[in-house]
Amino acid sequence: MGKEETQFDKTKPSVNSNGYRVVGTRPIRPDGIEKVTGRANFGADCNLPGMLTGCIVRSPHAHAKILSIDTSKAMKLAGVKAVVTAADFPELSPKHRGAGESPVSFRDMSRNIMARDKALYDGHAVAAVAATTPAIAQAAAALIEVKYKVLPHVLDAREAMKPKAPVLHDDIFTKGVDPKPSKASNVAQRYEFSLGDIDAGFASADVTVEHDFTSQCVHQGYIEPHACVASTTEDGMATVWASSQGQFMVRNYCATVCGMDISKIRVLPAEIGGGFGGKTVVYLEPIAILLSKKSGKPIKIVMNREDVFRATGPTSGGHAWVRIGAKKDGTMVAGELVMEYEAGAFPGSPVHLGCMTGFAPYTIANSKSVGFDVVVNRPKAAAYRAPGAPIAAFAVESAIDILAKKLEMDPIALREKNAAREGTQAAYGPKFQKIGFIETLEAAKNHPHYSIPLGPNQGRGVASGFWFNIGGESSAAVHVNEDGTVDVVTANPDIGGSRASMGIMAAEVLGIDVSRVKPIVADTASSAYSMLTGGSRVTFAVGQAVCLACDQVVAQLCERAAKIWDIEVSDVEWLAGSAVNRKSGKAGSLSLAEIANVAGKTGGPISGQSSSDVQGAGPGFGTHICDVEVDPETGRTTVIRYTAIQDVGTAIHPSYVEGQLQGGAAQGVGWALNEEYIYDDLGRLQNGGFLDYRVPVASDLPMIDTVLVEVPNPNHRFGVRGVGEVPIVPPLAAVANAVSAAAGTRMADLPISPPKLLAAMDAK
Amino acid sequence: MTQIQFTAPTSVKAAVRCLAEGGKNPKVLAGGTDLLVQLRAGRVKPSTIVDIKKIPELKQIKAEKGGFRIGAAVAGAELSAHPGVKKAWPGLVEGFDLIGSTQIQGRASLGGNLCNGSPAADSVPALIAAGATCKIAGPKGTREANVETIVIGPGKTSLKKGEFIVSFFLPKRPRRSGDAYLRLIPRTEMDIAVVGAGVSLSIDSKGVCTDARVSLGAVAPTPLLVKAGAKALIGTKVDDAALAALAAAASAACKPIDDKRGTIVYRTKVAGVLARRAALIALDRAKGK
Repeated sequence: MGKEETQFDKTKPSVNSNGYRVVGTRPIRPDGIEKVTGRANFGADCNLPGMLTGCIVRSPHAHAKILSIDTSKAMKLAGVKAVVTAADFPELSPKHRGAGESPVSFRDMSRNIMARDKALYDGHAVAAVAATTPAIAQAAAALIEVKYKVLPHVLDAREAMKPKAPVLHDDIFTKGVDPKPSKASNVAQRYEFSLGDIDAGFASADVTVEHDFTSQCVHQGYIEPHACVASTTEDGMATVWASSQGQFMVRNYCATVCGMDISKIRVLPAEIGGGFGGKTVVYLEPIAILLSKKSGKPIKIVMNREDVFRATGPTSGGHAWVRIGAKKDGTMVAGELVMEYEAGAFPGSPVHLGCMTGFAPYTIANSKSVGFDVVVNRPKAAAYRAPGAPIAAFAVESAIDILAKKLEMDPIALREKNAAREGTQAAYGPKFQKIGFIETLEAAKNHPHYSIPLGPNQGRGVASGFWFNIGGESSAAVHVNEDGTVDVVTANPDIGGSRASMGIMAAEVLGIDVSRVKPIVADTASSAYSMLTGGSRVTFAVGQAVCLACDQVVAQLCERAAKIWDIEVSDVEWLAGSAVNRKSGKAGSLSLAEIANVAGKTGGPISGQSSSDVQGAGPGFGTHICDVEVDPETGRTTVIRYTAIQDVGTAIHPSYVEGQLQGGAAQGVGWALNEEYIYDDLGRLQNGGFLDYRVPVASDLPMIDTVLVEVPNPNHRFGVRGVGEVPIVPPLAAVANAVSAAAGTRMADLPISPPKLLAAMDAK
Repeated sequence: MTQIQFTAPTSVKAAVRCLAEGGKNPKVLAGGTDLLVQLRAGRVKPSTIVDIKKIPELKQIKAEKGGFRIGAAVAGAELSAHPGVKKAWPGLVEGFDLIGSTQIQGRASLGGNLCNGSPAADSVPALIAAGATCKIAGPKGTREANVETIVIGPGKTSLKKGEFIVSFFLPKRPRRSGDAYLRLIPRTEMDIAVVGAGVSLSIDSKGVCTDARVSLGAVAPTPLLVKAGAKALIGTKVDDAALAALAAAASAACKPIDDKRGTIVYRTKVAGVLARRAALIALDRAKGK
């Protein structure tokens, strides 16, 4: 692997086979000991003197008009200090929208946090109460009398699109269609992404396959329920302790929903026990602020698991119809995708992202992807790892599997023949720069897994997937301490190893040991703004900010050394953690610690700070191989082998990267096989707990093997690509293709639960 | 605020008294793996909780009349660690061991699993197949009852007010006997049976089945004793025809519902499959394999 020792220039610091000293190594995680010893503070761990407990009253109906809310009995209960309803929130207009690619509607956000006029799903918050103990708060919640007029409800996207379906909002007129409809409907928006001429494309095809696919809405399944504490003061300041994917996101959303100045809210990030996109929104924090304002006391609100399932963001379920045309040699000439996603109670499903990603791994000259964003009486969809992409990939990658069988081609060979590469025009807009999709297919083909013989009732599936990854507004500060240790301050919750990767990148740039670097996750008052943790952006974008801040530190260190040596700074070189005097005849060096020790005498503190909008995220591609065994008498599926292969750019801390691949695959397996929301006839959730909402447990999965393909992103100092979202894109189809092969019948309706599979096999 | 009295008596007699004096809705606590969850969810509102784990008799496993007497509060982990019971009744021990996680196994009890009244309780079909009886204490003294008479509907038992289960009795095992319990869950653990099937059988020296008991869980409002299933096996060599008859009898006995865990059609079919598979394991065990 590595170069021979003798090949190294002895004047250069020793590096690993990847050319780096620290990047690519696997140091112990900086937050590990705190977490395994139970000392880390998560959302529910904050306790303040005089703190009250908040309890939410939730709608028992899937769709109902709120006629009245009587809080008088609750307020009379001893120990009850405050009650809030929608009447306590400022009423926001549809114009209150956030900036960005998919702007949030703050009006909808406010109404999701606290129902106004109508409850739109089982579990929708309608009131909240604060009391001196959790028991009193619960008793008080039960005393709040809400009168409802129950309305007919609808849960499925295609049902909700029918002319006679109950309409959730009278002000939704489908966007993206011409002319604008005159009648309100549940279809919030129609999206279309096209390339070439699909009619001509299909006309030129020798073979065409088409199929319809269905998937259910699934929850992110983070272990930590939503939790926060809010404390307000008489001068209108609010401090919020919250577990979220972004302290600045919480601050911004709370300010808008509560009608406060941003500067009056300070948000301290708790450790986060999983988010997967689901904690990029707020549910409790604005309620806690208002309860605190009314009661004058700090308020803690913690959801239980049932609250989490009933009221927090799943990702969409939906339908996808796909058609692919190909030449006899396997060249795909046309692709068409029509999808309907369930947005939940308010518009904003990720259907447009499904449309953009479905065909993105392939060079197809003619394609058209159409998506419908449909509101239904379910909790409002929130982001979930590569939002929208897994559903589209499930359809497209299953169809490619069908096509491979029809053409009698190996499914990897078929994908290789059509794989997007540098220069490929993606239907969603850009031409790809340097990408590593082909490399993942090669690695899959050559992996020993792919040639292990299968036994009876076993099947093998392959699928690929794509995700954009993003950059965005990012800040970092790097402070050199008096003893030469270094604090790296960023403001993104450490959800996937960002402390470790920030520390490694800082150590690499500064040339010091990673143990000398202390990564810190700062609150909103202690760092410049940073976008939330999401979009697989942090290691790339915040990492870039860390590198830039470290560059400033290196420049200052060199200046100080020049001052000490009384030479020009141009004669100082920073090498392996030391300033080196390059002025002829005056050899010498000063380590970072030596310079730091005397910083007080050479000009004061040494620090760097970078804030910018980091662009140039490198898209990611992955290819997964899955082997399953099905029980023909019970319909049970066992995943017996699983290999996840991904172009990860450069793996900063490979163990974390492998963990991302394994985690995404595990969640995808759950999505494919067992996870679903089960509602009764009245639209009430029946399985709001981990017992009957079946995420895989450890024993349900084989050891998930990973292969890190490293095709560096040319737009990052170390070649980083986001890695956290791609791995949930292929598994749905990888599993479904494997089960379909094992069962001898195409499984196109997720989850492939035992009753469904048994019925399909019996119907064969 | 409602108050709950908690008491942990150290004798059966004292426990009977605590239950009698325990107000409107006294509840018995053994491992608490069902009761505490129901309390937290607000599904039960007991006036008194009587912890029976401090009563020595309820935590003992003893040899009796060639069989075993097992205290109602004996935890799963304790039963699994008992070599005698495991050798004689591997199916029962395995069935009990399927409940919950390692942590749950440290607390969960046979008595609690039965008295929770769930049709899907994993230890119950194996207990019924074993022909187990239970000793019940109450205000009118103690009595013995067959396990299959205890659960009378989801969450309902035939125990009278103030009664609780003290122990289970597993009868002496004839030579060449075996039992097995299988359940279908979509996961591999930490789940509740969609279908459960327990089979206990004995064979003679020629391999002919001389005695059998078949029980199903999660396919009716109560765990079932399937006499027709036993009849299909007795007098046969447990060959394919007998197993097919067993499967048919098991499916025919089902009176399931459609719910979040399974459908009527699915449960009915899989009950037959699992009964057949359990019988094969029990047969192997009877043959000493």
